[in-house]
Amino acid sequence: MDNTLQKKRTFSYAKYGYLFSLPFFLAFLIFNLYPTLYTILLGFTDSKGLGNITFHILKDDPWKNFRSILKAPTFALSIRNTFTLWMMNFIPQITLAMLLTAWFTSRRNQIRGQGFFKVVFYMPNIITAASVAVLFNSLFGYPKGPVNDLLVSMGLRSEAFYFMNFAKPTRWIVAFIQFWMWYGYTMIILVSGVLGINPEIFEAAEIDGASDRQIFFRITLPNLRTILTYTLVTSLIGGLSMYDIPKMLNNGNPNNSTLTSTMFIFNQAFAGSYMYAKGAAASMILFLIIAFFSGIIFFLMRDRK
Amino acid sequence: MTLEKRNGNVLVKTLIYIVCIFLAVLSLFPFVVMAINATRSTYQIQQHAVSLIPSTHLMDNFKVYTGKSFDPMRGFLNSLIVAIGATALTVYFSTLTAYALVAYRWKLREPFFAFILAVMMIPGIVTSIGMYQFMYRIHLTNNLLSLILPAIYAPGAVFFFRQFMLASLPLELLDSARIDGSKEFYTFNHIAMPIMKPAMATQGIFTFVYTWNNLFMPSILLTKDNMKTMPIMVAMLKGDIYKREHGAIYLGLTLTVLPLFIVYFSLSKYIIAGVALGGVKG
Repeated sequence: MDNTLQKKRTFSYAKYGYLFSLPFFLAFLIFNLYPTLYTILLGFTDSKGLGNITFHILKDDPWKNFRSILKAPTFALSIRNTFTLWMMNFIPQITLAMLLTAWFTSRRNQIRGQGFFKVVFYMPNIITAASVAVLFNSLFGYPKGPVNDLLVSMGLRSEAFYFMNFAKPTRWIVAFIQFWMWYGYTMIILVSGVLGINPEIFEAAEIDGASDRQIFFRITLPNLRTILTYTLVTSLIGGLSMYDIPKMLNNGNPNNSTLTSTMFIFNQAFAGSYMYAKGAAASMILFLIIAFFSGIIFFLMRDRK
Repeated sequence: MTLEKRNGNVLVKTLIYIVCIFLAVLSLFPFVVMAINATRSTYQIQQHAVSLIPSTHLMDNFKVYTGKSFDPMRGFLNSLIVAIGATALTVYFSTLTAYALVAYRWKLREPFFAFILAVMMIPGIVTSIGMYQFMYRIHLTNNLLSLILPAIYAPGAVFFFRQFMLASLPLELLDSARIDGSKEFYTFNHIAMPIMKPAMATQGIFTFVYTWNNLFMPSILLTKDNMKTMPIMVAMLKGDIYKREHGAIYLGLTLTVLPLFIVYFSLSKYIIAGVALGGVKG
């Protein structure tokens, strides 16, 4: 009797589960699945020309666009740039974030003003990236700009330096902006991860006489594994679709040294001769690269139990 | 020994504070230079690009800034419409979807949740070209709806609300509402939603800021000048029309980020708490 009642209840309400998730699912079909399949399809066509929506499927040579993208030196360059820029920002970023996390969660050094520091460190993250990039373009302006002004007046340089005319400085500026916008975010995530670890483990370690360093490397880090994976993957996906900063800082220049893959795709499909087909092929290749590296990270960081 | 250790700690602590204060200055300094230069004339900026003393040329810069061929108020308004519309849709429909996942037992519930986790990882760039062509076909390019409607689909927000609901929505409450004769949709709107308010506020802030700052999709979908959003307009500050008008450029930048500073510093407590929740995900 009880059992049938239970069954009946479950049965009669289950439909609301489907009903209430229907809008989300429909929006997924319309605004995600359909555009994705459409992009895949376009990769095998000759679609191009602003506002032209007619196209033909390349029946004789379906992989033509993919081949031509893979052969294009600019595409290879953009992939290399994207990785370089991501590494140049991610390594210092995760290092500083971990250091700050170790400091802020240390039980021996009670750091005051953590709330204030968190608010200020995270702040650049919510400011429009486009505005930040244009601001840094002005800050590093030549011949007159705040950074050059400071360098010259402090006697570090005898004359102003044209940062945006040289590949290495421009890359470092892009990487610095990314680092500066994201280390606060990463730190907050890591701190909250540490606070989620059972405090008894730390107490036991302290009683056993473990040093701060030992506690950090032997207890904190291993317990942060899942969160580190999450941070690494989200940063990789975000980093490999990097667009706003290099685009607005110096439009990928000088000499395409800060041209990222997303900018490459944009330039193929939404500028010049509007080669949607080639852009679509390039975005599929980029997607495979991202999926491949995310897979590797998940594999390396998996729980080895 | 104890004394030595204490001294050591003092030294370490001093070092930590010095680094933290340096980083705080590093976070704020670019924006301070920006805000102060917005009040200085182009001539003053060219003499000394860094100054900590505001000047009196704010209005002159404003005249130069607004006297050009584009209309920053239009961009501000467009951004506001998109951000409010997208935030409302994301928050409402993601809460509803999370409710479906938490409040009801249905056969496909677990697969559906696994599906949400999977699609969360797909970057937006992958769909952009298909999205553009699709929007073009249904005549939604240069229409702000093309940026608002897709906000119904927000897997990250669904995930966030589900976590919050599992912890703070008592299912007995829904049962007693049913006994009182409340219809399911009414129960969601009038009993579940009020409990979800703190989570909705947090997610709302993030969606708003994300949408407000977005550059890539708007620059694909909006090509007419009167449709452009704020981040696309920022590009114009770098263009030829403001060449050498340094004061106006800094003022323009200040105006684009001012709303974000106001939102951030008045809600920073919730924002930091919201970010920290991301760390609990793992």
